[in-house]
Amino acid sequence: MAAAAGVELRLLGEWLSPYCIRVKQALAVKGVAGYEYVEEDLEHKSELLLSSNPVHGKVPVLIHRGAPVCESLVIVQYVDEAWAGPAILPSDPYERSRARFWAAYIDDKFFPSWEPFFKSKTAEDRAETFKNAIPAVETLEKALTECSSSEGKPFFGGDSIGYVDVALGGYLAWIKAVDEVAGTSLFDEAKFPRLAAWAERFAAADAVRDASPAVEDIVVFYKKMQAAETGAEH
Amino acid sequence: MAGGDEMKLLGMWASPFVLRVKLALSFKGLSYEYVEEDIVRGKSELLLKSNPVHNKVPVLIHNGKPVCESLIILQYIDEAFAGTGPSLLPSDPYERAVARFWAAYIDDKMLAAWMQASRGKTEEDKAEGKKQWSVAVETLEGALRDCGKGKPFFGGDSVGYVDVVLGGLLGWVHANEEAFGIRSLDPQRTPLLVAWSERFGALETVEPLMPDVSRLVELGKMVLAREAAAAAGASN
Repeated sequence: MAAAAGVELRLLGEWLSPYCIRVKQALAVKGVAGYEYVEEDLEHKSELLLSSNPVHGKVPVLIHRGAPVCESLVIVQYVDEAWAGPAILPSDPYERSRARFWAAYIDDKFFPSWEPFFKSKTAEDRAETFKNAIPAVETLEKALTECSSSEGKPFFGGDSIGYVDVALGGYLAWIKAVDEVAGTSLFDEAKFPRLAAWAERFAAADAVRDASPAVEDIVVFYKKMQAAETGAEH
Repeated sequence: MAGGDEMKLLGMWASPFVLRVKLALSFKGLSYEYVEEDIVRGKSELLLKSNPVHNKVPVLIHNGKPVCESLIILQYIDEAFAGTGPSLLPSDPYERAVARFWAAYIDDKMLAAWMQASRGKTEEDKAEGKKQWSVAVETLEGALRDCGKGKPFFGGDSVGYVDVVLGGLLGWVHANEEAFGIRSLDPQRTPLLVAWSERFGALETVEPLMPDVSRLVELGKMVLAREAAAAAGASN
């Protein structure tokens, strides 16, 4: 593999990781193309990954002119600041604080409340964990209403995809895949009309389509994952 | 500062997150009204209204608009008052990313370790937490050594974002050994961090804001006693 020197921009990632997906989405939104993407085998991490992220050893890592940036939301803000292009975070300090607040909520509250549902294997488990995931979804529906204002703009970022959109967007393909396998609908159109509309619009956006894995591919992986775990228990 | 800027900070005297905000406001030379929340007896209407999602302090209310979450408040202060006082974050995007990385590390790893070491449910939990705390402290020593390049602060020649983020924890770092049996900073193992903590703690802008360590110890012991009593009551 070519040495790091001479490669302007490189992203170390893993196709299933929501954190890597959100960075790819952010790069696409910003209009940053032509970077080298390296798919890491997390069971056999590369020397480059371990030396670029010695503290955590995790993906995603964005390596810009040899200098590594780690932690997905830190990377997204870096992309926003280091390149010219459509703004990912708004320019007003108060609006920026709201965007950061919701992105933090998505990672610190929403995802941990959904994770048990993703891990559930039986119908009873699923019913319970799905129910427990709903309060955070209700909060996100309210957040979208707040961010998109009474004019009903399509994204958390307003007219265009922004920070909160990619924060949540990294998880979207997974949410859909798990819904498909479980027969559920997390962003239910009747209960959460704005989120349901957001999900559709977001997934259809050019920047996102190319940056996100296919839901069908995640479905295949998820089914295998669940079967393997069940098999191991016996 | 623009005329008519109204700032109110909702806080609690022992909270390291609130202290971060006080430190940042102090470094920027900004004046504000401080409101001590009584977390035990009842949170104020203003707090519940200003932070409906988390109901937590600190909340900075600037001209009536609430900003929540300490790291977010710090960045807000830096950006809304960019022309006032020193900047907390550097101007170079890469250096900003490095500063944000370490702030996230302090909150995600260091604080989590502290929580586990002090409030873990079992002795094994606590022991694991103490181990993780040592790892975190040594990692930060490495950060000072490698990124700091012999400068007095994480921010370089002067105090920056990471200094304030870590500085908020200093009172508890000193109280930890007596309150929770979590080893305090060891000059043999982490000499740079010890020197940094003394330097930071002695700053004119910092010293008056630091909470009384003996009061923190008392609070820590009280919280543990309350939890032990609740656990004993629950198992009967």
